[in-house]
Amino acid sequence: MYPIYLDYAATTPVDPEVIKAMIPYFTTDFGNASSIHSYGRRARQAVDEARKIVAEFLGCESSEVIFTSGGTESDNLAIRGLIASYENTNNTTKVLKYESKKQNTKPHIITTQIEHHAVLNTVKNLEKSGMIEATYLKPNSDGIVSVRDIESAIKPNTVLVSVMYVNNEIGTVQPIREIGKLIEKENKSRVQESKSPKEKSSGLPDFRTRDSHIYFHTDAVQAAEYFDMNVQTLHVDLLTFTAHKIYGPKGIGVLYIKKGTPIKPEQTGGEHEYRKRAGTENVPGIVGIAKAVEIVRKSKSPKVQESESPDSSAGKNQSQNDILRLRNKLIEGILKTVKGSRLNGIRELRSPGNVNISVKNAEGEAILLNLDLQGIAASSGSACTSGALEPSHVLLAIGVPAEIAHGSIRFTLGRHTTETEINRVLEVFPGIVEKVRSISPFK
Amino acid sequence: MYSKKVMDHFQDPKNMGEMTDANGVGTVGNPKCGDVMRLFLRVKTRRVRSPKSEVQKEEEYIDDIKFQTLGCAAAIACSSATTEMVKGKTIEEALDLTNQDVVNELGELPPAKFHCSVLAEQAIKKAIEDYKSKKVKK
Ligand code: FES
Repeated sequence: MYPIYLDYAATTPVDPEVIKAMIPYFTTDFGNASSIHSYGRRARQAVDEARKIVAEFLGCESSEVIFTSGGTESDNLAIRGLIASYENTNNTTKVLKYESKKQNTKPHIITTQIEHHAVLNTVKNLEKSGMIEATYLKPNSDGIVSVRDIESAIKPNTVLVSVMYVNNEIGTVQPIREIGKLIEKENKSRVQESKSPKEKSSGLPDFRTRDSHIYFHTDAVQAAEYFDMNVQTLHVDLLTFTAHKIYGPKGIGVLYIKKGTPIKPEQTGGEHEYRKRAGTENVPGIVGIAKAVEIVRKSKSPKVQESESPDSSAGKNQSQNDILRLRNKLIEGILKTVKGSRLNGIRELRSPGNVNISVKNAEGEAILLNLDLQGIAASSGSACTSGALEPSHVLLAIGVPAEIAHGSIRFTLGRHTTETEINRVLEVFPGIVEKVRSISPFK
Repeated sequence: MYSKKVMDHFQDPKNMGEMTDANGVGTVGNPKCGDVMRLFLRVKTRRVRSPKSEVQKEEEYIDDIKFQTLGCAAAIACSSATTEMVKGKTIEEALDLTNQDVVNELGELPPAKFHCSVLAEQAIKKAIEDYKSKKVKK
């Protein structure tokens, strides 16, 4: 028997349909999509079709879909690419840097303390190298970032707001749409201001006067499976997602770049991906992410249940509602049977697949290993499990004390999670916590 | 990620628990990650004859030792191994124990877990210190 997998937020198994769709592009249709010959044309056609499917999924134009190597690259391209585009425009890098020291007028980025490290460390890195100013907003203790806080953090030199859609550790869902609308409103008022003749912007650095626009990026990696991904309703300019969290392959992701958003490519080379991302297309990966997206779309549309085609592997999958029910069962079961346990992050605004529990006086890694010995795969935000020996930045940001974060366990459910599996976890988990606690000096 | 020996100690820790009649207790911790290790000692005195002479002398040795640890598998394994290594040893011998000895005993530890063995060395030293200071007070 395979161990019980409850780490779907880390990665998912690839759907057999996805593999089936990908295989020809390793073997018969292996051509380079840039080649003129028939091999190349077949590959190009596959890439074009895939792009269309992804564009439909996001509600955007094909030309706004950029394929990357995954979430981390998409986040980097969105943030670094945007900031780099400001330096580029007037050759004013040096001036800007010099001026900025005196006037504090570097481009300003607003993000949150609970972002994935792909965003957080990118922003920190740009900040450290003196290229930007940054604000890291603290969410409330429920794990939700407030739209008001964003509003009051906006400064004249704010150029980017980056807020994740669904948190990877605690599963909380951020008000992306509301933030998007707020930024749109702010941008409109900026346009009006710049049209009004009475004050010509004087001596302001380029990033303010060029178009004086705030762009909005969201890392939607954990949202793609369950939530609305339409960029129009979300009001975003940049959106990241990746295949391997939605039953697609690893090594392929997407960055949606709204038309007109200035992004300077990070990597130089050929003319691929509308000159935004050089490098030979990962054709099987691109076909794979499109197939994965198709399956997600099908499962999201309410009509699927009746019209399920018999050979579709989606038929064996749990629906979102099943997953939600199992998640609630797991949360309630643990809170009831394990004394000194708590749920991290609000329950109501939460991914259907996420359970993040802290138990007092027991360390996360020890719990994880015991779970593993019992054939259950989960993850933890304990300091002992992180290479840096720091407790999870997300748990600390929502005000969980370090010693409670120490005993945190994340179970993430997915399409193949069954009731039997959840029952099994509920059966062994209290005993494991007891065992680990019996070793601890605190009772 | 862990050696078999670490896993053995982790799954079946030796000398685990509290000791009510301890005469030396050492608690150390890593405040950053929240780990805490506590060792209880019962030090006794025994008369031994040195091998070369007929003279008998007294020595203090660790008659019993117990540990309690809030920490990762490596910390638990290091605590458990340490108790086994110093049990029955004189306190001088126990003071000589280094974290590297503990690592060697366990075969290997991932580099990120070295500090857990340091915790064990610190705990035994602190427990013996505590024993000595209590003795002076008497
Ligand atoms: S006790 Fe925290 S890493 Fe070992």
